[in-house]
Amino acid sequence: MLLHDTAVLFGRYARQTLRSPFQIFFGALTPLLYLFFFGPLLTGLPLGRAGDSWQVLVPGLLLQLGLFGASFAGFAVIMEKNWGVLERMRVTPVSRLALLLGRTLRDTVLFLFQAVLLVLAALLMGLRAPLPGILVGFGFVTLLTFSLASLSYVLALRLPSPQEFGPAINTLAMPAMLLSGLMLPMALAPGWLDVLSHFVPFRYLVDAVRDAYTGHYATATMLYGVLAAAGLTVLAVTVGTRTFRGAEA
Amino acid sequence: MAIISTSGLSRTFRTKQGEVHAVRGIDLTVRAGEILGFLGPNGAGKSTTLRMLSTLLPPTGGAATVCGHDLLRDPVAVRRKIGYVAQGGGVDPQETVRSELVTQGRLYGLPRPEATARAAALARDLDLTELLDRSTAALSGGQRRRLDLALGLTHRPALLFLDEPTTGLDPGSRAALWALVRRLRDDHGTTVVLTTHHLDEADALAERLVIIDGGAVAAEGSPAALKAEHGADTLQDAFLAITGRGPAPVDTTPVAVQ
Ligand SMILES: Nc1ncnc2c1ncn2[C@@H]1O[C@H](COP(=O)(O)OP(=O)(O)OP(=O)(O)O)[C@@H](O)[C@H]1O
Ligand SMILES: [Mg+2]
Repeated sequence: MLLHDTAVLFGRYARQTLRSPFQIFFGALTPLLYLFFFGPLLTGLPLGRAGDSWQVLVPGLLLQLGLFGASFAGFAVIMEKNWGVLERMRVTPVSRLALLLGRTLRDTVLFLFQAVLLVLAALLMGLRAPLPGILVGFGFVTLLTFSLASLSYVLALRLPSPQEFGPAINTLAMPAMLLSGLMLPMALAPGWLDVLSHFVPFRYLVDAVRDAYTGHYATATMLYGVLAAAGLTVLAVTVGTRTFRGAEA
Repeated sequence: MAIISTSGLSRTFRTKQGEVHAVRGIDLTVRAGEILGFLGPNGAGKSTTLRMLSTLLPPTGGAATVCGHDLLRDPVAVRRKIGYVAQGGGVDPQETVRSELVTQGRLYGLPRPEATARAAALARDLDLTELLDRSTAALSGGQRRRLDLALGLTHRPALLFLDEPTTGLDPGSRAALWALVRRLRDDHGTTVVLTTHHLDEADALAERLVIIDGGAVAAEGSPAALKAEHGADTLQDAFLAITGRGPAPVDTTPVAVQ
């Protein structure tokens, strides 16, 4: 039931995305611009971490892609709610969890595709990293986009007025990006900023991916990254299930 | 046999301005195979009641059994047996008529070939065949309403809730819808609960009427009985007498245009 329903809904949303090539590529645009026009400024600068500047920047851009792309996913469900589509589906016996998973899986596949594009472009720009490290990076992007997209849907459904959704996401995502050292590692930060950044879970993810990109897999940083990603995923699934099960979603 | 029975069903909304008692304790019994007209002025609580009975909105009080299942304890069993067409419809403008119909079938568990066949049959019944490959964004209001109806009929529900199904339909489509409702009942024994503001429609189609006002049942009975009870020639006069909303006195002040 859950698998069948999720597959049906995933198919519906995937077809909607495929009909709009703009939507497919748009999410990769901002990180690509950073890659082309900001990345070259960093070459040769001391970034306080192992590896060259591309091995530090590209993991940050990958997570930026996930952070911004997935956290705005909720817009789609606001539209569906306004059109009455969500209610029409909720009156069928379709699994409530599938209503969430069908969308988040589509989002995850979409952002993973954009992440692959970004890494291919980065290889052209001069990134060199071990293949297992690159794959670990994609693993983190998958967990991050899956959980953030779910949380975004929850926020979109729970906000009393949908006009608040865009501002709310911006208010959350911008500091999350700056405080997790996505652009430049927090190793460069003064003490207070470094301390503050430890309260932002994305910091652990980006540091773990940076380790992976330099071929370090069995580190404490990696462990924290995995724990943070697992924690986010559990939180997202729990809150998401509760919201979509809740009769008034 | 009762297909719906409610006792004290109520719903209070909490808003910033305070509580809204949309439905205040409704006791309702609907027989299987009946066409029930659910009438009432704007804001009377019709949609709220239908949304509770179709599992979309949890009641804040009371209980209900729908199609033999407890509304609160077994909503999934209820969903399998009912169809619901919302007052505002529920069509995605990014999809085509065909994809909406097929997806709906798949959500009710039909395998793809069956869902496709069912979509074609529904399109025939609701005069949508020519429009199957059109984007739903390009449908007229009445065409979209017919699609809403087709979506609600996908799984041949035993009980069908129609919230103002004929709003926006031209006379021909409306007559076709009346015929469809009668056919569903006569051929398949479908129970239909429908709301409408067209009292001629209620008079022609419904065997029994329940009139609610301010969230409570104000009257019920057959159209003929309600008219007789209030000494009215038309259902409209009976309705106005029941809800105490007689015609406003004619205002003779000239209308200021500028
Ligand atoms: N989500 C909500 N929050 C607050 N109040 C609501 C909500 N939904 C409905 N109401 C209020 O509940 C009352 C009943 O609304 P309902 O939609 O059930 O009326 P109705 O009989 O269907 O009217 P209409 O003929 O205009 O469709 C109204 O006063 C309405 O404003
Ligand atoms: Mg209504």
